[in-house]
Amino acid sequence: MEDNQNSLTFQEPIEWPYPIRYGEETRVNVDVLVLGGGLSGCFAAINAARKGLKVAVVDKSPIVHSGAAGSGVDHWMDCPSNPASKVDPEEFTLEPVRKYKGGYANVIANYITARDSWDALCELEQMGMKIRDTDDVFKGAPFRDEATKLLFAYDYETRTCIRIWGTGMKPSLHKECKRLGVQLYERIMVTSLLTEGGRPGGRVVGATGVHTRTGEFFVFRAKASVLCMATPERLWIFSSEWTGLVGRDGPPANAGNGHAMAWRAGAEFARMESSSHEEWGGSTGIGAVLFGTGSNFATWYPCTIVDAEGKEVPWVDREGNPIHTLEERTKPGPGQKFLTLVLGGGEGKAESMPHLIPDLPERIRKGEFKLPLYADLPGMPEYERRVIFGLMVGQEGHTWPVYRNLTEAGFDPDKDQLQVYEIGAAPPGWRRLRYGGLVVDWDLRSNLEGLYAGGQSIFDGIGVAHASSTGRWAGRSAAAYAQEAPEPIIDEKQVNREKTRIYAPIQRPDGINWKELQAGIAKVMQDYCGDTKTEELMALGLKTLEEIREGESRTLFARTPHELMRALEVLDILTCCEMIIHASRARKASNSWLHFERLDFPQDDPPEWRKWVTLRLEGEEVRVGELALDYHGDIKKNYETHKKE
Amino acid sequence: MTQPKVYAQPNLITPNRPVIIDPEVCTGCNLCVEICPSDVYIPNPQKGKPPIILYPEECWYCGCCLMECPLHDKGANKLNWPLMQRMRWKRKETGEHFRFGMPNPPPPNKRPMV
Ligand SMILES: Cc1cc2nc3c(=O)[nH]c(=O)nc-3n(C[C@H](O)[C@H](O)[C@H](O)COP(=O)(O)OP(=O)(O)OC[C@H]3O[C@@H](n4cnc5c(N)ncnc54)[C@H](O)[C@@H]3O)c2cc1C
Ligand code: SF4
Ligand code: SF4
Repeated sequence: MEDNQNSLTFQEPIEWPYPIRYGEETRVNVDVLVLGGGLSGCFAAINAARKGLKVAVVDKSPIVHSGAAGSGVDHWMDCPSNPASKVDPEEFTLEPVRKYKGGYANVIANYITARDSWDALCELEQMGMKIRDTDDVFKGAPFRDEATKLLFAYDYETRTCIRIWGTGMKPSLHKECKRLGVQLYERIMVTSLLTEGGRPGGRVVGATGVHTRTGEFFVFRAKASVLCMATPERLWIFSSEWTGLVGRDGPPANAGNGHAMAWRAGAEFARMESSSHEEWGGSTGIGAVLFGTGSNFATWYPCTIVDAEGKEVPWVDREGNPIHTLEERTKPGPGQKFLTLVLGGGEGKAESMPHLIPDLPERIRKGEFKLPLYADLPGMPEYERRVIFGLMVGQEGHTWPVYRNLTEAGFDPDKDQLQVYEIGAAPPGWRRLRYGGLVVDWDLRSNLEGLYAGGQSIFDGIGVAHASSTGRWAGRSAAAYAQEAPEPIIDEKQVNREKTRIYAPIQRPDGINWKELQAGIAKVMQDYCGDTKTEELMALGLKTLEEIREGESRTLFARTPHELMRALEVLDILTCCEMIIHASRARKASNSWLHFERLDFPQDDPPEWRKWVTLRLEGEEVRVGELALDYHGDIKKNYETHKKE
Repeated sequence: MTQPKVYAQPNLITPNRPVIIDPEVCTGCNLCVEICPSDVYIPNPQKGKPPIILYPEECWYCGCCLMECPLHDKGANKLNWPLMQRMRWKRKETGEHFRFGMPNPPPPNKRPMV
């Protein structure tokens, strides 16, 4: 015993391992620029490159595993176009919108997904991702289509959601991008969009970026750009002492940069007022490992749940009628045409799938069921047990290590019941943005010329089939535009202003660091734009954020390129929070479909507010507008008119 | 007992060890450093030594660094869920309780995933 230092403490400071290149500049010139190389971004790039165009993808992370789906996924949802489906894409799109979203849905993106997601999945299969049970492991199982060897989830009868080997998804897309000669710029954080004449509202002609290891500056010039940076995370919820900076729906990289830069460039947004309380405490990092504990949801559907004494918790169908058999959980009930899991709608208001009895917490309190609850894998038929714990846990994001770690520790799904930890919600005020994003037309173009969007950058976007199908569509639209578009001209003054902005934190020796700033902003959101909202409260919240912008954030400092990335992220998080409060003040009505409650306007979804509230920046002014819920028009006709081969 | 040399050290960040690397197995190839989407690691200044986890609290527990490690199956690296996230399970037949991370765990279940 000589020394109390070990590998976790520093003997002496380590020199930064990468060359420092603050202010040095690289210029890139392409036809189509894809901003964010997650799922939608890769699909956009591949589809634009197939047109013979020069394409670049920029990502903050290595593209082989970047984005929400970077470590895997298990469900390919929203696929009524697959050969075994019994559902018509039009009905598949419109029925859930009425029933589970109150009409508040992006029908354009949903319909494109319903029509095209089978083609997108086939493209992935050609790139090498496994989508069929070619080894016949599940031969004869009720969820298997014997003709195609596809495995279905949720509804085994009407078959619109496919179980896939999703750990191979990003590696396959990455390989295909390279094969097609797409230029990949990795570990580069995009910081701003460049517009014609440097004017917000003008044509988008490129973007700037900063390398997250060297601090080098990048200027990308492009005829068309596709925004694919997903939804902001870490807005209400932040702690550096819980896992992963406390993000579930996206990796730490998805910090709202795309939203913030599009906002500054004058793009129009919808649904930014929609945020829901994080009910699922387990997913925030304060509780259980995501899908690594017993559950009957998503990856674990339709697993039986039992109480501490082995008593089964009953299920009800989507209408709330009791159901008694396992089979009933996986087929439409009487009078129902098909079942599909609807994400991003009024979850909690109306459940789209069979689920456990809604009054379970009360019945536990009355002593009818004893805690803790368990997922009863041994009580399931062998094919269900194996598909849940052998395929889905193993392929879903974050769960490859769950399978490895748990089996290594002796967990055996044939014998063991895994404890359920989902009861117990996150602290009050812990909310997350529910799919606010860019307004797009049938070409998935934003209101700005030259700027297209895919995946969760679009309002009301969620899921891998959606990201892939919309990315693919946006890539094709951007390519078609780029083939005709005039040469873009970069405004050097705009570039210089951005350089000054982004390097400010490395020039300050001390001040506030990114974590304290981010925690402070999250607290403002909890206090002033939390579970219930009023005009006075939100006005104060906005004032506090403005004070922070003018005050504390001007002292933000960074000691390395990595810290600079985090610091710039937090500045964009601040912008996203301001957008949310503006949007929340603009909707002067409660709306439970959007999880939006105003104490001063309590009436739920009154007829005069049945519309999208839109928002954009014009000069210094926030312009509030509106958009009809059915702005998509005739979906079949518009789909055919705007489809590009 | 000889007294150790004690330094003034700031508290460690929590959780402080998202991944445990076995220095006996790891060759310091730095593939995990290149893969990690959060850029949690930096290469060790000493060539051939395991990478340094510079930003443990930014780990997303996604497992990509394990999936890509050429020596993962030989035990080079392991995801180390924080203590507050270690799940329990119960053997249905016997009612015995287990916990991830418990002392004297049951023997491993060798069945590979599908
Ligand atoms: C653990 C987990 C499991 C999931 N499982 C399923 C499932 O089974 N089925 C399903 O349908 N959906 C699933 N989802 C949701 C689905 O993965 C997402 O909806 C989808 O990946 C979104 O795609 P995207 O292209 O919009 O965003 P992403 O794939 O997240 O891509 C965004 C990209 O932008 C990059 N980026 C962000 N900011 C910048 C910047 N400033 N500069 C450069 N690059 C930047 C990021 O690094 C990232 O690569 C899951 C999500 C998670 C988190
Ligand atoms: S990838 Fe594996 S072997 Fe290579 S440095 Fe990382 S832990 Fe070590
Ligand atoms: S688990 Fe994911 S985030 Fe954590 S170190 Fe490994 S690759 Fe990075």
